[in-house]
Amino acid sequence: MALLEIKNLVVDFATATGSLRAVDGIDLTVDEGEIVAVVGESGSGKSVGMLALMGLLPWTSTVNADHIVFDGQDLLNMPDKERRKIIGKDISMIFQEPMTSLNPCFTVGYQITEVLAQHFGGKRRSYNDKAIELLNQVGIPAAESRLNSYPHQLSGGMCQRVMIAMMIACQPKLLIADEPTTALDVTIQAQILELLIELQKSRGMALVLITHDMAVVAETAERVVVLYAGQQVEQRTVKQLFKKPKHPYSEALLNALPERANDKLLNAIPGVVPGQMDRPQGCLFSPRCDYATTLCREKSPNLNDGILCHFPLGDEKKKTEKSIKLEPQ
Amino acid sequence: MPEPLIKARNLHKYYGIKDGLLQASKNLKALSGVSFDLYEGQTLAVVGESGCGKSTLARLLTSIENPTSGHLSVDGIDMAKSHDKATSKKLRQTVQMVFQDPFGSLNPRQKVGDIIQEPLLINTVLSSLERREKALEIMRLVGLKDEYFHRYPHMFSGGQRQRIAIARALILKPKVVVLDEPVSALDVSIQAQVINLLIELQKELGLAYVFISHDLSVVRHIADEILVMYLGKPVEHGPSEVIFNNPKHPYTQALLSATPSTNISIKRQRIKLIGELPSPINPPTGCAFNPRCQHAHKSCKISEPIMETYGESQAACLALDEGRI
Amino acid sequence: MNNISTPVTSIRSQQWKEFWFYFSASKSAVAGLVFLTLVILMAIFADVISPHGPAEQFREYAKIPPAWMEGGQAQFFLGTDYAGRDMWSRIIHGSRMSLLAGIVVVVLSMSIGVFLGLIAGYRGGWVETLIMRVMDTIMAVPGLLLALVLVAILGPGLLNAMVAIAITYTPSFVRLTRASTLTELNRDYVSASRVAGAGPARLMFISILPNCMAPIIVQGTLSFSTAILDTAALGFLGMGAQAPIPEWGTLIAENRDLILNAPWTVTFPGVAILLAVLSINLVGDGLRDALDPKLKRS
Repeated sequence: MALLEIKNLVVDFATATGSLRAVDGIDLTVDEGEIVAVVGESGSGKSVGMLALMGLLPWTSTVNADHIVFDGQDLLNMPDKERRKIIGKDISMIFQEPMTSLNPCFTVGYQITEVLAQHFGGKRRSYNDKAIELLNQVGIPAAESRLNSYPHQLSGGMCQRVMIAMMIACQPKLLIADEPTTALDVTIQAQILELLIELQKSRGMALVLITHDMAVVAETAERVVVLYAGQQVEQRTVKQLFKKPKHPYSEALLNALPERANDKLLNAIPGVVPGQMDRPQGCLFSPRCDYATTLCREKSPNLNDGILCHFPLGDEKKKTEKSIKLEPQ
Repeated sequence: MPEPLIKARNLHKYYGIKDGLLQASKNLKALSGVSFDLYEGQTLAVVGESGCGKSTLARLLTSIENPTSGHLSVDGIDMAKSHDKATSKKLRQTVQMVFQDPFGSLNPRQKVGDIIQEPLLINTVLSSLERREKALEIMRLVGLKDEYFHRYPHMFSGGQRQRIAIARALILKPKVVVLDEPVSALDVSIQAQVINLLIELQKELGLAYVFISHDLSVVRHIADEILVMYLGKPVEHGPSEVIFNNPKHPYTQALLSATPSTNISIKRQRIKLIGELPSPINPPTGCAFNPRCQHAHKSCKISEPIMETYGESQAACLALDEGRI
Repeated sequence: MNNISTPVTSIRSQQWKEFWFYFSASKSAVAGLVFLTLVILMAIFADVISPHGPAEQFREYAKIPPAWMEGGQAQFFLGTDYAGRDMWSRIIHGSRMSLLAGIVVVVLSMSIGVFLGLIAGYRGGWVETLIMRVMDTIMAVPGLLLALVLVAILGPGLLNAMVAIAITYTPSFVRLTRASTLTELNRDYVSASRVAGAGPARLMFISILPNCMAPIIVQGTLSFSTAILDTAALGFLGMGAQAPIPEWGTLIAENRDLILNAPWTVTFPGVAILLAVLSINLVGDGLRDALDPKLKRS
């Protein structure tokens, strides 16, 4: 049985200009000890989906799904009180901006011991030794003296490590990392990713890595889910995706990377991700797709063997008429 | 050999930081000893992580600040001297800047048209109609629709905002554009669009770029020359291909190694850097990189290396000097 | 050729629509707005809707209780005061005074305060220190006391009361603006204007100021309500509007002795002050929620 099973997650936001569908039918299955990457650009709904799972969305949101089951328990219809017992203990999440994810008013030690006391009861101070142990595990030097440091005294990389320590304190079965290294420098990014993988292996923790960086996905994850404009377009193993992507968006995304440019100019994808107002009638990617046909522009595709496309890229390239020359953006 | 557009020799920039009311001020060495030449139509990439001084360099080049010491001349004008109005204007028309954060570099309360026209309004005596014409012209050049003229920045995506920022930078027809991490905050597909735009504009307008970035994959594609910096000091400098194919300095090698790649078929030798980036207020003694360097020796903690030429590039490393690597 | 004639009005109306969406999310803010609108209309059309003149005395009808109480008369809806003047008419006309006081005080203190705050934040150094210390000194003296002293110097009267109160409100605007200026000063768009060659005046008033307005506007609405209260207080003390000007605080002062015999003469002006101040505060709250960009919505 899978550890986490999400089927047909839909998230709507009430805005001044009507309802916005940020997430439109995401399916995600995570097994124990697996590393799954959720990849997408802005507007893909990748963060929103996971925040919905954690119950962290603002009041303007509505969350619906066929089912959301974690470790056999129904998360979708669970009352908030019950959910709070699971969030932070069995499911944890680390966020993008380490400097602002930690409470600036409290010391590092306080924040870590608070998490432990909250979930395991007892006096907060009694967990000081555990906190030191955790700080050592995440590679913070001089852990004992660090207990009394405030977040602003630490660098970005250190803050992220503290964040990780807080989130693995209760031995979660699933850790969700929302762009954990985007705000960090390259050499620190490498360290943090390595730490996450190491912790994941040693604790048998499942890891969901949300990112927009395909290269990070290639080097870290086992399976990958590609999102576009709130919809799930492809779900494969990492090796398969990077060798031969089946959805035109995945292919275009990979080709747009600088390292895959053939000549002086990069292979940019023309156009922009559709917003609230300009959602195309058929496939959401059709205005920007090299392979789009009239069918694609008129009718929304269904999931075709896990790929949301009328004509998944197979061995025969179906490069039909080029998409209409787009006006300058 | 024509004169370089920008000539920088041994630039230093120090800030005095007061560590408390009664303490003597410490020196924050934001830049120590940067030298380079930038020629017309060329792209120099400045690469480094936080605290390396690249933003400080950007501020010096756009005359927001003056260097503490060293020589910096732009199109023949010496930046260290104080300038009269006419010279200041000429400088502004020579060097312009595109900032990193597309969401912060445009005034949220000004319409796009006003934002783009502002440099003209300040520096020229063109009529309102003439200004508008020029603004629309530039907008078309960077791929923005005419009707965006009257809209506010928050209605646009990151990529479009960067185009607006580029339009603003180009309206005075500068010769040099300083780009401070112009695509770091953008999605991959938009990054590619903006980089292509920058490459095309460079060809069409004969611009020289100072491209500041921490993303080596982007830089490889657009740069002619690369300057790698660490904690305010230059550590390696050379032609783009040489730096990528044969990096000499341990930091450059670590940086390249740490940059993830989608080419999973190639097994790479990972250079793991331990430790954090040092703070510029309390730099390590000797070579700034020595606490994290796998080739560090006793001498590295004592003396600071200087840039020496090795083949087609230059690097500042004692291990290289002493032949240890 | 130039098709930038896309209606600017449609962009404006979209902004208003968005603003209204967030403002109307708070029912109390909308209720406050409705009541405030009524007060404003009352002030504008005072001459038309008021049944009697505010200074018109009906000697034979002095101290008549409100219409629904025993002994009341329909023509004097809220009763009459010691001189036989209709309370309801006096309150209606008094709304003009109170609103005027609020507007004048806010406009004066906001314009001076914002200007000083901008300069303090932008220039820094000794200019900032000087301005902030002067403001600190003003804030160190209790507001009403300071206003009393100023009025004593300038002479009693509604206008002088308003000027005095405006001076006591200036420091909060200075502080607010300086804080916002310091934050905005480091933003990239200000640097971009600098690189374009903008001088201090353009940077301060065109680049920075429009971005500081949200907290200033909110402070403005709150100062509006406090101004009404303070003007009423000064009026009550006899140092503000002088009789027979029907300013609400003055109304209470005049009828102070009747608080036991004819309580309606003091109660209703008091209720008017309460409701006006409450409605403005509710609107101010709603404004803050609607204008605060940091509130995560979607």
